[in-house]
Order: sequence, then C-alpha cells, then structure tokens
Amino acid sequence: MSNQKETRYVDVPGPGRIPERDKGRGPVLECTHLGIEFGGLKAVEEFNIAVGATEIGGLIGPNGAGKTTVFNLLTKVYQPTHGVILLDGKDTHGMSTAQVNQAGIARTFQNIRLFDKLSVEDNVKVGMHNNVKYHLPSSVFRLPKFWQEEKRAHESALELLDIFGMADLADVKASSLPYGAQRRLEIVRALATKPKLLLLDEPAAGMNPSETEELMNNIRKIRDTFGIAVLLIEHDMNLVMGICENIIVLNFGKVIAKGTPEEIQNDPVVIEAYLGSQADETGSEGFAASAAKEAQKKKAEKEKAHMSEVEEASVDVEE
Amino acid sequence: MKKLSKDTLMSFVNYGIVILFYIVFQILASTGNLSSTMKGQLIPIVSYVIMALSLNLVVGISGELSLGHAGFMSVGAFTGAVVSTALTDGIPNTVVRLLISIVIAAVMAGIAGILIGIPVLRLRGDYLAIVTLAFGEIIKNVLNCLYVGVDRRGIHFSMNSTGALDLQEGGKVVINGPMGASIMKISSFTCGIVLLLLVLFVIQNLIKSRHGRAIMAIRDNRIAAEACGLNVTKYKLIAFVISAAMAGAAGCLYALNFATVAPKKFDFNTSILVLVFVVLGGIGNMTGSIIAAALLTVLPELLRQFQDYRMLIYAIVLVLVMIATNNEKIRGLIKSIGKKNKQESSGKEAA
Repeated sequence: MSNQKETRYVDVPGPGRIPERDKGRGPVLECTHLGIEFGGLKAVEEFNIAVGATEIGGLIGPNGAGKTTVFNLLTKVYQPTHGVILLDGKDTHGMSTAQVNQAGIARTFQNIRLFDKLSVEDNVKVGMHNNVKYHLPSSVFRLPKFWQEEKRAHESALELLDIFGMADLADVKASSLPYGAQRRLEIVRALATKPKLLLLDEPAAGMNPSETEELMNNIRKIRDTFGIAVLLIEHDMNLVMGICENIIVLNFGKVIAKGTPEEIQNDPVVIEAYLGSQADETGSEGFAASAAKEAQKKKAEKEKAHMSEVEEASVDVEE
Repeated sequence: MKKLSKDTLMSFVNYGIVILFYIVFQILASTGNLSSTMKGQLIPIVSYVIMALSLNLVVGISGELSLGHAGFMSVGAFTGAVVSTALTDGIPNTVVRLLISIVIAAVMAGIAGILIGIPVLRLRGDYLAIVTLAFGEIIKNVLNCLYVGVDRRGIHFSMNSTGALDLQEGGKVVINGPMGASIMKISSFTCGIVLLLLVLFVIQNLIKSRHGRAIMAIRDNRIAAEACGLNVTKYKLIAFVISAAMAGAAGCLYALNFATVAPKKFDFNTSILVLVFVVLGGIGNMTGSIIAAALLTVLPELLRQFQDYRMLIYAIVLVLVMIATNNEKIRGLIKSIGKKNKQESSGKEAA
C-alpha cells in the first residue's frame, strides 16, 4: 500500500517543513503555538504545523486526542485561546467559520452533515454560493444575471459531480443517497467552495476496503486536479500510510510525533501512545492492535481485511 | 431535469389555482350567484392566503417559528389605515391609493421585522418563537392606546386620548385607541388577487435561487452551511423580513376592506390561526397553504352556528395533525395506503 515515492521535504521558516515541490509557493497553512482551553482543560496545546500548497497531510491519534478539535480550531467553530493560524500567509484571527471558508478552508464532517432535503445538485450549488454572484432582486424578479449565473452554476456543478461519478445522481435527494455516496457528496460540496486547503474528517469511516481504495484514488485525484492541499483525520492506517506524505500524531492534545509515514511507523513514542507500554497485553483492542501491526509492517493481507472491519466498529465511538 | 421540471410545474399549478379561484368568483359575482356574506369574505380569504404563504416562508423554508405574525399584520393594517386616510384628498384614485398604502404598510412591517430579526436571528434555538410571541402582544397593547388623527397640518399622534391630538377643524381621527381604526373601504378583490400573485411569484422565485438555496441549507444543517461560507444571520433575516413585509401587505389589504378594524382582531389567536393554515397545508408546501387558508377562512362563516367551538376545533385539529405527521406508524400507514392504491391502479392498467 505504501508504495508511493517518498516525498522530499525542505524546512521553511516557522513551525515546520513542506514538500520540496511546494517550495516556491510557501505553506498554505501555518499554525504556531495553536491551542484551546475549555475551562482549564487544555484540549489542544502547542500545535505547530506547516502544510505545503499541494501536500496531503494526515492527523492521527487515539480516540479523544483532539484531532477533530484541531479541525474545529482551523475552521473557527471554536475560537483558539492561544496561537496563530496563517492561511496562505494571512492571519485568520477574528474570522467566523463562514469567513474562514471564504478565505480558503473547506471541510467535511465526521458525522455526515448534508442538506438533507435538497437535491445532490443543490447541495453542490450551496457550496458554490459565494462564487455564484447575483443579488436578491435578480433572484426574485429573474433578471438576466440570474439566468446567466444559474446556467454556469448548473454546468460546473455537474462537472464537479462527474469527476466523482455522481453526475447521474444530480436530481436525487441528498438524504436518500447510499452512505458512501453521501461521504463523496460532502467532499464534492467542500470542493465547490474552491478551497486552498481541504480538511477531511474521517473520510473512510464506515467504508469497506474497496471503497477505501477508491477514496484514496479520489483524494489523490483531488490534489492533482485542483492543486490544493489536503489534511485528513483517519483511523484507517492503510489509507493514512498509503497517501499521506506527512503525518502528525496527536495524543492528549499534544503533538507527539511528526514525519513521513516511514518515520512515524518506526517512532517508539507513537507505538507507545497507541499500545501503552505493555504491547502484548492490548492485542484485543482492534484499533490499537491494527496500528501496531502497521507500525511493525507485518500485516498479512487476510489480517488486513479483518482488522479494517474491527476498525469500522471502533471508529464511530469518537465524539 | 425531471425533478426540476416537476418543481416548475408545481409553481405554475399554484398560479393556476389562484387565477381559477379569481375567475370562478368573478363569474359567480357578476351573474349574481354569490351571497353577500361570501362577497364580504373574498378579501379576507385573499389576505389570509397571503398570511399563510408568508408564514410558510419562515416556518417551512427558513425553519424558524414565528408566533406573532398577526403582529406584522396589524402593523400593516394600521399603517395602511393612516396612509390611506391621509392621502384621501391628495390621490382621488382608489386603486393608486390602495397600492401606495400597501407598499408603505409592507415597508413598515418589514422594518418591524428587521428590528426583531437583527438581535434574535443571531441566536441559535427557538428564540424567534418567544420574541415574536411577545412582539404580537406588545403591538396589540400599544395600538390599544394609540390615537392618530389627520388634518390639514399633517398626521398627529397621541398615547392619551383623541382630545390630545389637538386636531384642526375638518380633521379626522383615524385610530381611536381600543375602538380601532375607522377606514374608507378601498380594497378590491382584483387588487388582492394581483397582490397574492405577486407574493407567490416572489416566494417561488426566491426558493429557486441562490438565496433560497442558502436559506434552505441553513434550515437543513446550520453547521454545514456555515462551513460552506454562508452568512447564517443574513439569510435568516432575508427570509424573515420578506415574510414580515408580506404579512404587512396582507394586513393592509385586510383592513382597508372594513369600515373599522380593532387592534384586538390581530391577537395571538390570529397568529395561531395562520400557523394552523401552514401546518394543515403542509410545512413548506405552498399549494397546501393556499388551499388550507382559503378553506379554513370560509368554513367558520359557513358554520356560523358552531362559532363558539371554533377555537376548540382548531386546537384539536392542530394536535391531530401534529400527531399524524410526527408519528412514524401513522406515516407508514398513510404511505402504505398510497402505495396500495398505486399498485392497484397500475395492476388494473396492466390487466
């Protein structure tokens, strides 16, 4: 699975390093000393990363480590109590969730959040909202501007859906889509906002191995077609090790390791975080066990299939 | 494209229903087959249909609850009364005067909507229901002790009595506290239908535009809508203010159909009455709102002897509808009956 070419990294001023190919553009996202406290409880602290303009990054960690909280900080669902978030060099301090999206961060959700009563096409068009420009009088009185922009929106919505093989589902109500298609629609909707950075919160949750395989191809396709950065949270180690170029490991709100999949798999701190100090006694915990197997790179194909089933069961527990 | 054309078809069906309603009653009236009570009911029917449509925009499309829509109606009604009286000498043409009154009434009700909406729609949860409920009561009580008069110098206001208005000779008291407004009847059925068609046009076009999509997206999932870059307060406010302005226009049309209108007319019961129209017709369903509002406005007049039980029956109907629409089993039952019918009919066709 992890047969992709090793990405060469260069150090940048600030908190981290970015792929060498993105050097000319600078990091799309930089966090320094980012943190949030909920009444004294430090949910996330000292979160420092840099994400290159076309990098695929992974955020992993045990349940409750604060991964989704990091996403909520980046998208300003929570206002950070410490630190700075620079998006393409611009400080996002004081922005609302909507403004952060307009500035270039789009996300999907761990528990799917679609606009249930709208059609698939309308879901995508809502994503395009800020790129479809006409005023209220145009929509109420159907002025020419309305027809022009709606036609354009319709075409580009179908184009986007087509990339993910969903063009024929355009008129279906979002809530009646099958599970996998709902997850894909969330990604399409996020892409419709024309982001510079796409945050995926457990995109493979509840998917079977072949769907996960397809998802991995799709994520690579997104990066290559749109030339944007992707940061994803995922428990499926096949996916993370397969497509992420840079991985950040969180535990108890703190970054305990950063590096390439290779480095992470061999990091004793990571192995300990997932397994505890006594590795052999925790074999029954599906998720931890699968991480350990990955870390030791001794996974037989049969075991893999079995483990990802166990993971599916454990994935829904978080939050 | 199939579904899209179905939506478009439904909006044309709505225009068709309204126009058909107009033609039928115009023919009945011109051939003398319409009783005088029914004639008197035509404009109230149109007003309540507009009220139901406007409330459906808030409840069905925007997903907020307004329990004080009669408040906006009364703002429109009393604004319309004052404006139409003040313009009596200036504009002799009643149609023009009616139109100007309706526009100003809609603007005033819209302003009231903005004043309520800006603070309340920033909050999450059902605060709009509570605040609009209070607004309806406050407006009713303020109008109960409001005195307005018109003379050659202009419009005079007082909160004490008609004497405090200090009117010149030839001046006229328009709003007389709890006695309500005394009005010249200038509303006409045709104007009402035109207004209704306009309201329908605005709502249906709004729904199928980027603004409407944004409003419905916020209703379906606020967090996801924010993550898509939508300004939640702005779009909730757009829906609410448009709705309030329409309610104001309906109130003006309604008031200018009577010789007097008392503030008491637009109380909590009226708000709930309109909500019943919306719930009965189906939340978010414009066709349903039109039919429910028209039928339920006429029915009490036809069943005048049961007048005492009217509110009781409304309450029971509302409870029953809530039970029927929210109970999985009953829903399933209705669905399965529908399916059976379809199967039977298709089976017959096949045979």
